[in-house]
Amino acid sequence: MNAITDGGVAAEPAAPDQEQIVAALREAVPGHCILYREEDTRPYECDGLSLYRMLPPVVVLPETEAQVQAVLRTCTRLNVPVVARGAGTGLSGGSMPHPRGVLLGLAKFNRILSIDPASASARVQPGVRNLAISEAAAPHGLYYAPDPSSQIACSIGGNVAENSGGVHCLKYGLTVHNVLRVRMVAMDGEIVELGSEALDAPGPDLLAVFVGSEGMLGVVTEVTVRLVPRPALARVVMASFDSVEAAGQAVARTIASGIIPAGLEMMDRRAVHMVEPFVRAGYDMDTEAILLCESDGTAEEVADEIERMEAVFREAGATRLQVSQSEAERLLFWAGRKNAFPAAGRVSPDYYCMDGTIPRRQLARVLSAIQQMEDEYGLRCANVFHAGDGNLHPLILFDSNKPDEVERAEKFGAAILELCVQVGGTVTGEHGVGIEKINQMCVQFSRDELDMFLAVKRAFDPLCLLNPEKVIPTLARCAEYGKMHVHAGELRFPDLPRF
Amino acid sequence: MEFVLSELCEQVMTAHAGRKPLFICGGGSKAFYGNRHRGEGDGHNRLDLTAYRGVIDYQPSELVVTVRAGTPLAEVEQLLAGQGQMLAFEPPHYGPQATVGGCVAAGLSGPRRAAAGSVRDFVLGTRLLDAQGRMLGFGGEVMKNVAGYDVSRLLTGSLGIFGAILEVSLKVAPRPLMELTLRSEATEAQAIERFGQWRSRPLPVSAGAWVAGGGTGDRAGGASAGTAVGGAAGAAGTGGATGELWVRLSGAEPAVRAAAQAMGGDAVDDAQAAAFWQGLREQAHPFFAARPLWRVAVPPTAAPLGLGRTLLEWGGGQRWVAADLPAQAVREAAARAGGHATLFRPADGAAAPADGVFHPLSAPVAAITRRLKQEFDPAGLFNPDRMVPGL
Repeated sequence: MNAITDGGVAAEPAAPDQEQIVAALREAVPGHCILYREEDTRPYECDGLSLYRMLPPVVVLPETEAQVQAVLRTCTRLNVPVVARGAGTGLSGGSMPHPRGVLLGLAKFNRILSIDPASASARVQPGVRNLAISEAAAPHGLYYAPDPSSQIACSIGGNVAENSGGVHCLKYGLTVHNVLRVRMVAMDGEIVELGSEALDAPGPDLLAVFVGSEGMLGVVTEVTVRLVPRPALARVVMASFDSVEAAGQAVARTIASGIIPAGLEMMDRRAVHMVEPFVRAGYDMDTEAILLCESDGTAEEVADEIERMEAVFREAGATRLQVSQSEAERLLFWAGRKNAFPAAGRVSPDYYCMDGTIPRRQLARVLSAIQQMEDEYGLRCANVFHAGDGNLHPLILFDSNKPDEVERAEKFGAAILELCVQVGGTVTGEHGVGIEKINQMCVQFSRDELDMFLAVKRAFDPLCLLNPEKVIPTLARCAEYGKMHVHAGELRFPDLPRF
Repeated sequence: MEFVLSELCEQVMTAHAGRKPLFICGGGSKAFYGNRHRGEGDGHNRLDLTAYRGVIDYQPSELVVTVRAGTPLAEVEQLLAGQGQMLAFEPPHYGPQATVGGCVAAGLSGPRRAAAGSVRDFVLGTRLLDAQGRMLGFGGEVMKNVAGYDVSRLLTGSLGIFGAILEVSLKVAPRPLMELTLRSEATEAQAIERFGQWRSRPLPVSAGAWVAGGGTGDRAGGASAGTAVGGAAGAAGTGGATGELWVRLSGAEPAVRAAAQAMGGDAVDDAQAAAFWQGLREQAHPFFAARPLWRVAVPPTAAPLGLGRTLLEWGGGQRWVAADLPAQAVREAAARAGGHATLFRPADGAAAPADGVFHPLSAPVAAITRRLKQEFDPAGLFNPDRMVPGL
């Protein structure tokens, strides 16, 4: 067999080649679990962020926890990096393969082990799809609350790695709030139980730091998730506003009035015009911003809450209000929002989805700055926004076949993320840092803080072999990036309270 | 506040230079919690955060409050109440002097925990004073934030062993529009079963408890410690002794009324209900006078543990046991049920178990914890022994 080398990366002299890795792995797992021919490994070269690609020298698809242990022990012995991968739907290149490493796919861990209605929890393997958990729990009247847009395809192991959210997380929380226990294999092959099926566990909260660690601390082999009772009813209010500011005000007033909507989403004019011809949801085309605000619960509760929501929106200057009158209509209202990404793909050859979070009160400031950037970078941008929790998804539209548009899109994206940090927010709300936003980490964190992240990594993975060179930038990288950018220490809006 | 901060940094750097331990303290309301260290109590080695106080930012419409660690918890809760908001995890104060820093470092949550989440679920960001006297920020003031590891939540409940929390941003929640408490008679086993049935239905349950004691007499604050089952470990252990099941519903009025109808039980007068839940939250209920007092956390559906006088909280997930048993016996029973046991309040003057008041960690978790401590605080300055003896 031929060793596959990536032209751009110089191999370390002592690094074992593909043939050696495959030979060693044959001792750890059955031969059919190892892929190394290019036609077999090509599908693993990227995740959902296809801008970043790397052909893995070897892909392993273990079938048992013991095999995962054996693979990790083998790689530790050979000093070979390991990148774990779930369904590969990530949007930040978090599971992009390492040029000299093993890609560890967990797709075969696809069993739901148990569902217990009395404790409202389920034990599942990491490769189980997010939506499959809710489907399996449905006969008990329960479901798994975090619902990232990719929930048909994304796996729970990947959700744990990314701390995934969804449109309902203002009310129901993120992955970290809905996972009770994780069983994982550390890089040295040891099995570690984090959390427990009780509501807490002794010692420091290692589960909390493990969730969202982007596959850098351990390989998940089992997860216990919390399930919640499915509400009897859900209805959504759709409201139009003649400015983004007015819509932002309406969001603030809703929250201040004591309502926690089950979902609260905003779309700007461009996003509305992008999706309406595609889904025909009946969106108001003459408006600057649309809010979708959902209430769930018992019939009495929903009727009461919808009434209060409508009152708040009317007071905030809504120009049009519509309440879903049936489940079909509710789904239709949501269809536009949920199809924003495919709609972007329909109006533009390529789009680049950003993922910053900002304090909600900064929304108008940030959106008008993004508008100015459109001219600066010569690209259009549509905005969809998890308005309830401040998570902004600007969709930068570009054409990769045109000269320098990829580069301009990337620079535009980076500028948006840095703006998010400047107004007191963060470079990633739910997609993760991966390889994509590693430079912006230099903007959000000081060197001492980044070093502390490295310290956490070493505590779990002393040899730093699990998904290395992701998430935490090196000193050299930040120095290089810093030449072009102002550090968070010199902030553009010194008036803002922050820390 | 700059001056207070620089004093704190200086104290840490001095301790670091001299390799002297530092005991982080706030109001001292939770000083009883965790392991003792021989050198403690000497005023010179206390890192006192009470002077570093005050609310930095509070935006009710953002659902976030950012405060300095020394701010009294009561002050923050009063501020939130003024805007119709609250800390949904209902942290115990255990004294008027309780601070926000102590609340987060201890990681304790009150009656609403099973429904709303624990302290760590509401921590959005922290600023840490580390062992080198540096100030490091993690997380932030926004609800969705996955940039870097979630160190803020790791610090929550870590009892100060990784450093001193200087500032914290907490997610806040609106106060429920209405609350209604129902009380009914049940044995411990029946209570656990009923909590399980309610858990999988869309009911606005915000707290559930069971207290041993006969009848549903009109005693303010709930059953007294001395009634029916006092000392009757055997009877309570089988789940056969009768007691009172208390459940609190919170939400919009129509939902609460409909749920109350469906669930059954006697509605409790508002003042009495408030006193009961407050009695659990602050451990003012007579049950908590017992020493030693064990806290056992188990999967909520676990059968009665049979360890002695028991009070259930969190719908069965948190069990308080008032029994003078060897640590080993309590821990084994907890572990068999899939949980863990903490000697929450030891008997006066009694020596703590050699391996500490907390449930011993599994070997791999202990190894990771030791390495984290080594990375954050290599000289071992902060709160030695408090969480793990020898660490």
